[in-house]
Amino acid sequence: MMSWLPEDVSTFGGEIDRLFYVIYYITGAAFLLVTALMIIFLIMYRRREGRRATYTHGNTTLEIIWTVIPAIVFISLSFASVSTWGKIKAHAPPPDVQLQVTAKQFNWEIVYPGPDGKIGTEDDVQVDNDIHVPVHKVVHVILKSKDVIHSFFLPNLRLKQDAVPGKDILVWFEAVKPGKYELPCAELCGFGHSGMRGWLYVDSPEDYAKWVQTTWPAK
Amino acid sequence: MSDTATSHAAHGSPAHRELGFWRTYVFSTDHKMIGRQFIFLGLFMLIIGGLLAMMMRWELAWPETEIPLMSWVPEPYMYGGILPPQTYNAFFTMHATIMIFFVVMPIMVGGFGNFLIPLMIGAGDMAFPKLNMLSFWVGFISGLVMLSSFLVPGGPAASGWTAYAPLSAVPAFTGVNWGQHLWIISLIILGISSLMGSINYITTIVNMRAQGMGYFRMPLTVWSLFITAILLLLALPVLTAALAMLLFDRMFGTSFFLPQGGGEPLLWQHLFWFFGHPEVYVLVLPAMGVTSDILSTFSRKPIFGYHAMAFSMISIAFLSFTVWGHHMFVSGMNPLLGTAFMMSTMVIAIPSAIKVFNWLGTLWGGSIRLTSPMLFALGFVSNFLIGGLSGIFMAATPVDIFIHDTYYIVAHFHYIVAGIIFALFAAVYYWFPKMFGRMMNEPLGKLHFVLTYIFFNATFFPMHILGVGGHMRRIYNPTQYEFLQPLQGINIFITVSAFLLGLSQLPFVVNFIGSLFAGKKAERNPWLANTLEWSAASPPPHGNYDTPPVVYRGAYEYSSPEVKEDWLPQNKQLGPGATAARAH
Repeated sequence: MMSWLPEDVSTFGGEIDRLFYVIYYITGAAFLLVTALMIIFLIMYRRREGRRATYTHGNTTLEIIWTVIPAIVFISLSFASVSTWGKIKAHAPPPDVQLQVTAKQFNWEIVYPGPDGKIGTEDDVQVDNDIHVPVHKVVHVILKSKDVIHSFFLPNLRLKQDAVPGKDILVWFEAVKPGKYELPCAELCGFGHSGMRGWLYVDSPEDYAKWVQTTWPAK
Repeated sequence: MSDTATSHAAHGSPAHRELGFWRTYVFSTDHKMIGRQFIFLGLFMLIIGGLLAMMMRWELAWPETEIPLMSWVPEPYMYGGILPPQTYNAFFTMHATIMIFFVVMPIMVGGFGNFLIPLMIGAGDMAFPKLNMLSFWVGFISGLVMLSSFLVPGGPAASGWTAYAPLSAVPAFTGVNWGQHLWIISLIILGISSLMGSINYITTIVNMRAQGMGYFRMPLTVWSLFITAILLLLALPVLTAALAMLLFDRMFGTSFFLPQGGGEPLLWQHLFWFFGHPEVYVLVLPAMGVTSDILSTFSRKPIFGYHAMAFSMISIAFLSFTVWGHHMFVSGMNPLLGTAFMMSTMVIAIPSAIKVFNWLGTLWGGSIRLTSPMLFALGFVSNFLIGGLSGIFMAATPVDIFIHDTYYIVAHFHYIVAGIIFALFAAVYYWFPKMFGRMMNEPLGKLHFVLTYIFFNATFFPMHILGVGGHMRRIYNPTQYEFLQPLQGINIFITVSAFLLGLSQLPFVVNFIGSLFAGKKAERNPWLANTLEWSAASPPPHGNYDTPPVVYRGAYEYSSPEVKEDWLPQNKQLGPGATAARAH
């Protein structure tokens, strides 16, 4: 099942995938254990003439064991999640590249700061649906929405964040492999929700420089 | 205790008066008739909800092609049988709304809750029979309002059953005007119906238990319905308030949820999920209760850890009010809150795990009879196991970033909520004899189980794979995305399985209708079960019991060493030598 995960090209995606695998193996083992016991019991304890069911109302020791073990597993999983969650959500590294993405029915408006490096000035560059970023650089994205809630989803970067009208939400990523990656909207946003998508182009430093040269206004 | 019982017997049941057609079958105040009405309402809505799902599955497997037999639907709802995206959005919104509010809730809570609570606690009827009747008819009107939204210009609501604002709060964003209004109004009306029902259930269980029926002698089905009623009472007013705010935003421009007017879109999500998560347990707790009783009966063995089962349901109920934020990990909410909600979610998984282990413990050492109700109850356990385990993935916040709003979530909640259908069928097969006085056909029941179990898993398990592949929910045409191309074969497989799952319900329809009219006459206690309802006639008359029953023991004294038979009804008085049994 897990082999269907899209290729991961982000710096933090590996941590998410590792946690995904850990939970997959733990729950997989629990599933096999319970299912196997169920099948064994259904066969072993099927109705047979002359045999009476065991008369018991429970077993305190057993019940304590099967309360404590899942408790330990679940609490450990929480602690295992906390550091990755904090890294992605709370401790963004300083940006190399900044851009602003505004979602609207049914497009992504991408604003680049232009030559002066500041968003909200006259030399900003606006493009619909295409994001170009350099490889191995920390990218900060300010997410906005003009109308309804959308969700900025980059499957290959293990990144998803809702764009909420009235809020500026910061997300960050660092891509480690050049390529072209799909950017679908993941939150129902109206009749054009399906098909609302853009592209993330992760460029080599040379390609990125070339793209800046052709697309951005001269200094 | 037993001396006073005989004096009660003289009291007798109210004479069975002839009430005429309308008072017997339509405006009945008899909890058993109201229960049947809820069940028929739910089964009818199940057909509609299921057909909507079939059309959605067709669209997902063969996007933008003509759906067979649907070319009669006028434009703009369909174009020569081809589903446009707007209608697709309306269909998944209505599919979820119908299945949750008009199938599982009416059948499990309204139907079996009504039918079973008085019978299982030894009461003659509900505490408030007229309120009970009103509850059904208000619920019925709510259903009519919901269905009428299919007929208004613009079609029914299309903002998902979660109705996230601002999409749901401004008509222009979806292009749906009255459809969404009616959706809101219908659910407000349904909230009133559920409140009346839950007040009735709580009052009945607190005040009308038979002599000797202490709280910890109640069957787990009654416990589950008791806790469900309390959850409904506490959670539904929050939804009603949120719906009223949403309706005001739409009709009067109040901007509770619109940032331009000083509102906050996330407020809707907090209010909705504060209701929505307890709602999940409203759906699943009765299924757990029913499953516990059926597993015990057909294992001929006491339920394993009765107190742990009752207390795990109580703790689930408390905790269910503290986990709503796990639906909002990527909503833009403070990440620290995300961590807190992850912790509470991991904690609520513990009582759920206890229940599964106790069910296993009940099977252990039993003398198991694989009847139709038992098979469906086991099917519920199997589905709940998968749905519970897949929930752990999305409880872990970093993993949820990736799988949120993908088919992984769709797989998860169908294993829980559609999995409840297994408990629902188990309950129908188990209590049909009591409800209608006739037995259902066993071979057809088993065929129904085998087909349903296979195609249920073939439909919903592969959705996990779609989710791992990143396949978003609620998209109309997956082939529009390059990264989803390799997954399209799985979509087709799921669709074919879903059609076969739908066809697998035919043996049930035949069995249900056939048995209603031509089933073998049922005795009082065809399953040799312990709970009180089996000591009443099948079907029980108005007033239920000839003499008010007296309860001497818990509900699960199967294979007790005190008696030769392997069952010992709750109301069976043993000789003086057997007083020890009453300690239970």
